[in-house]
Amino acid sequence: MGRIDDVFAKRAAEGKKVLVTYLCVGDPDAERSIALALACAEEGADVLELGCPFSDPSADGVAIARASQRALARGGGLAETLEVARAIREKSDVPLVLFGYYNPLFVRGEQDAARAVANAGVDALLVVDLPIDESTPLREACAVRNVGVVPLVAPTTKLDRIEKIGLFANRYPVPFVYYVSMTGVTGGAGASEVLGKAGEEAKRVREVTKRPTVVGFGIDSADRARIAAEHADGVVVGSEIVRRIEKDPKSDAAVRELVRDLRASL
Amino acid sequence: MPSSHHPQNPGWYGPYGGRFVSETLIPALDELTEAIAGIGTSEAYKTELNALLTNYVGRPTPLTEAHRLAREIDPSKKTIGRLFFKREDLCHTGAHKINNAIGQVLLASKMGKTRIIAETGAGQHGVATATACALIGLPCEVYMGAEDVKRQAPNVGRMKLLGAKVIAVESGSKTLKDAMNEALRDWVTNVATTHYCIGSAAGPHPYPELVAKLQSIIGTEARAQLMERTGRLPDAAVACVGGGSNAIGMFRGFLAAASVKLYGVEAAGHGVATDKHAATLTAGRVGILHGSKSFVLCDEGGQIKEAHSISAGLDYPGVGPEHSWLKTSGRARYLSATDEEALAAASLVARTEGIIPALETSHPIAKLGEIASEVAKGIGRPATIVLCLSGRGDKDLETLLARCLGNEAN
Ligand SMILES: Cc1ncc(COP(=O)(O)O)c(C=O)c1O
Repeated sequence: MGRIDDVFAKRAAEGKKVLVTYLCVGDPDAERSIALALACAEEGADVLELGCPFSDPSADGVAIARASQRALARGGGLAETLEVARAIREKSDVPLVLFGYYNPLFVRGEQDAARAVANAGVDALLVVDLPIDESTPLREACAVRNVGVVPLVAPTTKLDRIEKIGLFANRYPVPFVYYVSMTGVTGGAGASEVLGKAGEEAKRVREVTKRPTVVGFGIDSADRARIAAEHADGVVVGSEIVRRIEKDPKSDAAVRELVRDLRASL
Repeated sequence: MPSSHHPQNPGWYGPYGGRFVSETLIPALDELTEAIAGIGTSEAYKTELNALLTNYVGRPTPLTEAHRLAREIDPSKKTIGRLFFKREDLCHTGAHKINNAIGQVLLASKMGKTRIIAETGAGQHGVATATACALIGLPCEVYMGAEDVKRQAPNVGRMKLLGAKVIAVESGSKTLKDAMNEALRDWVTNVATTHYCIGSAAGPHPYPELVAKLQSIIGTEARAQLMERTGRLPDAAVACVGGGSNAIGMFRGFLAAASVKLYGVEAAGHGVATDKHAATLTAGRVGILHGSKSFVLCDEGGQIKEAHSISAGLDYPGVGPEHSWLKTSGRARYLSATDEEALAAASLVARTEGIIPALETSHPIAKLGEIASEVAKGIGRPATIVLCLSGRGDKDLETLLARCLGNEAN
């Protein structure tokens, strides 16, 4: 938690925006995931989202769904994602957010999952199919270990739910809010107007929840990142990184180039 | 009296149910919940739905006494007194799925939705939804695993004839669970205009309750018909369980009557001890899949397993949350039947009753002997049993011909 708060405070003080990058752990393999994640951090990513592959990623588009399938086919999953987190933590202080679906955490048990996540040096969880209404068991298990749970807000979300997130943030660690720029799955290219509007919405979410708010979904270039980040606290870039890894799994050059461009635009 | 309903906590059946979906979908689920409470309870909707069920679907469906089958299963007549089939196979389109599809599509049209999507395994729900959309006049797209598109070619053809677009899903195991993932992706993207017509009593709240209510006509009719024919309630009600919609529809007629034993039968595929089965309640664990907390087939790491059954309609690694509660609370018992047992049962019913049942329905038929003797032992006399004959076997003809007549020279 502390690590994520520090990053948002630091970027805000610089007048810059926070860059969150995503990759699917285990695609192409655990060792490459560690190297690629560290490469993202070196090129200026402020927070790393480590995707925990899931068999039924119903909120993800084809790029991330395919990466998940590849990772699972060679034995990836929650255990490997935690190992990768631990290895990154040994080498870097970059904040880590574990991104995934609820079932692997639930089956392990909220308490045990929170303990394992904290021990691996993960700062927060983001669980796409766990809306705030059902999140209390996980939030409580995480809170005692100072692990955050990131809530999502969509364009369809009504004000009373955003206010509820604000209330949660008083009780549990909520490092930041994730604003989903559009109704859809990950991986689409967002139109500039949509991303600009999402940034403005994110600003309103921040005003209501009093937590930093980042925009994700549909950001695949430095230009789009700049537009989305204008009024928001930061952006999340995922599918484009995953696609670059898919195209050239052995090299990190294309990923580094993207992160460098994104950083420069924020 | 054990109740599975928690009106103070809608969407939950004991510790099962809930809404485990993307934030984007929450308002759509709220909107649907409101529509069910508003439009769904209006006289206009109820009258229109009842007229369609009577004049189009063919309700009430008959209750057929299966004399010869009962004797075949128990020649000494010590366990089965009387055996009745609730004939959902005689519904328009050949299965109980139409009760739900008509109800949901009618509701969606009154909500102002302009597009319907659905997922399907065996194709029965896809055909039912395509039919309801043709009747009511809404465009329809059906997601179906690429593997099932191959297995269930006649139903794919029927959907297309009915004007629906069938989308073959190539991801994951290319079966029902992946079709459901793809339908959820579509819904998240087009949520403003689109109603997702879920085909079983599964998914996020309010779907399990909506589908159960629409299918409860099976149990309501069966109860009244049994009272008329036998003068009393049956001793047991039996149905197959894929997602669990025909079973919950039947059970709802008898839930409050503690004397009626409830039995659900799942698909044991090659056997529950193998990794090729779909017996979620028998061999699964509590988890989260497709929007609700319920029993699922998954590994230690929480990854969902692929299910297997000879019947595509039971080939699903999840189950509706109310069944999980009925199992945990002990109100219902769940058994499983293998592929081979189901095939043998299908052929037996065909020869003794002149009815070719769907492979789904053949699973509970295979367990009738076991169920009858358990119930008879409990009550000390032969049992009266009602079984939901959820669908007809036309769609399974190829499998039935290959597997049941395979040894006979043509
Ligand atoms: C004839 C028939 N029975 C049963 C089922 C299983 O579904 P449920 O368990 O929801 O009744 C299907 C599903 O396609 C079916 O076609």
